[in-house]
Amino acid sequence: MNSVIVEIEALTKIYDSKLRVVALDGVDLELKQGEIFGLLGPNGAGKTTTISIATTRTLPTSGSVRIAGIDVVKHPAHARRLIGVVPQFNTLDRSLTVYENLYYHCRYFGFSHSHAKSRSLELLNQFMLTERKGVYPAQLSGGLAQRVQIARSIAHRPTVLFLDEPSAGLDPQSRMAMWEAVEGLRKEGITVLLTTHYMEEADSLSDRVAIIDYGRVLALGSPESLKSALGANTIFDLKLKSIENLEPVVASLKSRPDVTSAEATAEGIRVIAASSDGLLPDIVQAASHFGLRDLAITEPSLETVFIKLTGRDLRE
Amino acid sequence: MNKSEGIGNREQGRGVHGAGIFIKSFLGLFLRDLRVLSREFIPFVLRVGMQPLLFLFVFTFILPRMASGNPMAAAGVDFGTILLPGLMAVAIMFSGIAAVALPLSSEFGITREIDDRVMCPLPLWAVALEKVCFSAMQSIIAALLVIPMAYYVPAIPVRAHVANWFLFALVLVLASLLAGSLGLVIGSTVNPKQIGLVFSIIVVPITFLGCVYYPWAYLEKIRWLQVGVLFNPIVYMSEGLRAAVTPSIAHMPWWAILVALVFFTAALGRWGLKGFLGRVLS
Repeated sequence: MNSVIVEIEALTKIYDSKLRVVALDGVDLELKQGEIFGLLGPNGAGKTTTISIATTRTLPTSGSVRIAGIDVVKHPAHARRLIGVVPQFNTLDRSLTVYENLYYHCRYFGFSHSHAKSRSLELLNQFMLTERKGVYPAQLSGGLAQRVQIARSIAHRPTVLFLDEPSAGLDPQSRMAMWEAVEGLRKEGITVLLTTHYMEEADSLSDRVAIIDYGRVLALGSPESLKSALGANTIFDLKLKSIENLEPVVASLKSRPDVTSAEATAEGIRVIAASSDGLLPDIVQAASHFGLRDLAITEPSLETVFIKLTGRDLRE
Repeated sequence: MNKSEGIGNREQGRGVHGAGIFIKSFLGLFLRDLRVLSREFIPFVLRVGMQPLLFLFVFTFILPRMASGNPMAAAGVDFGTILLPGLMAVAIMFSGIAAVALPLSSEFGITREIDDRVMCPLPLWAVALEKVCFSAMQSIIAALLVIPMAYYVPAIPVRAHVANWFLFALVLVLASLLAGSLGLVIGSTVNPKQIGLVFSIIVVPITFLGCVYYPWAYLEKIRWLQVGVLFNPIVYMSEGLRAAVTPSIAHMPWWAILVALVFFTAALGRWGLKGFLGRVLS
């Protein structure tokens, strides 16, 4: 167990066309065997680029990725035997049925006819798709298609599975089913790297999380350790009618022992506090002179960690 | 654990350069394409057979039977013999393009279906090569379909005679690989929206100017055209089949044909592969 299975070292990717874009700016990550690792960040943070490089689809500008010791840039064909991918979009083979999608995927990985057949039937069963074995992908709902994609991605028993935004575009029910499927992979001992911009997803699924933004890793650890190390903060976002002369109020809030930080924002005040006990009435009172129009409280979560690290919301 | 697990582990345990899995993986891709083709075999036959059938029917059955005095009737005397290799070349080319360019352009498009095959444990060039080989197989079937038509349809029998079976097989395979390579170039460089336009402005002209309906030697009165068409790869497909199937009709020397076929296959294959890699790797 616990040996390092994926080593990402000083990974950079610069797109140097008309507009120079630094997608990855020196990312270092190590995944341990059997863990579910979440890569959390807003759109454009570099999550998909990281996955694309690790899955041999994009060449890095510099740095390296090794999977079970195999350099993915130097030996892409060999590395592909060790990895499974669930891409962001439905890439099921539209000309083949659900069963055939699994069966031929196995054949691509060198399985014999009988072995590919038994493995496909086993997966249909495991993912509750047996009734739909003869259906074409175009007839599947988004949630079902995603399930077929996950089944296909693990058909050849990869060592590491990459899930790129697995719940994007899924309804809540399908998302729960997808989470269950991913949890199920833990039993099979597959190491999973998933990217997401949903906090709850990273929080509930991952053993460890890396928060990434502007192509850099900002924080790394288990969801619990991130929340405690960076202060299990509650965030109060106040929207005010008048935002003139806020400084004295901000300063007085800041001076309170239970407040970690307070700052003026474009629409009002943001207060970050270690504990919310007894603070709320005081905040409301202080803000009342400025015409409080809205107050949002974010309980301690990876989201508050992210906001503390980057000063902005994941969904912005 | 169970038996399948054991096999999976054994397959994973092979070395970095295990050629066995490459061949199996290549075969897997080929089997997948066979499965898809088998489902669409009737439409496939209709697609590749309709054009040569109608061509033979109009030019070698209807026109020769029209009343004398029809100036077109004279063309029909031995036209069947001239047409047979040309129509085989057209069948090869159209099925090559239909088998590679059309599916690739849609797989590269919105659906990104190509992704799963690109993730096979194969070098990317082998994935492209499989496309070309599979299309070559379809082209060979398409070309062979023309032969019975040329036997039964024309009013005046076609004088076909394969003197050198080795040359015939070689030309057939090379011409089919060339067509697949051309399909790869079109499929990986042309935007799906413009694929129809490419047919009108590239595929149709190179067919009409590809010595399909007339032997290259007969162009000597129009010297500029005779030299100009030497840049058209279809010319060597038609002339090669002419040399192999209807040697009684004037044709280019076989060695020049083979050199040109190899050259164009290599050049187009290289260009197509570059386009393919550009589309799947960033």
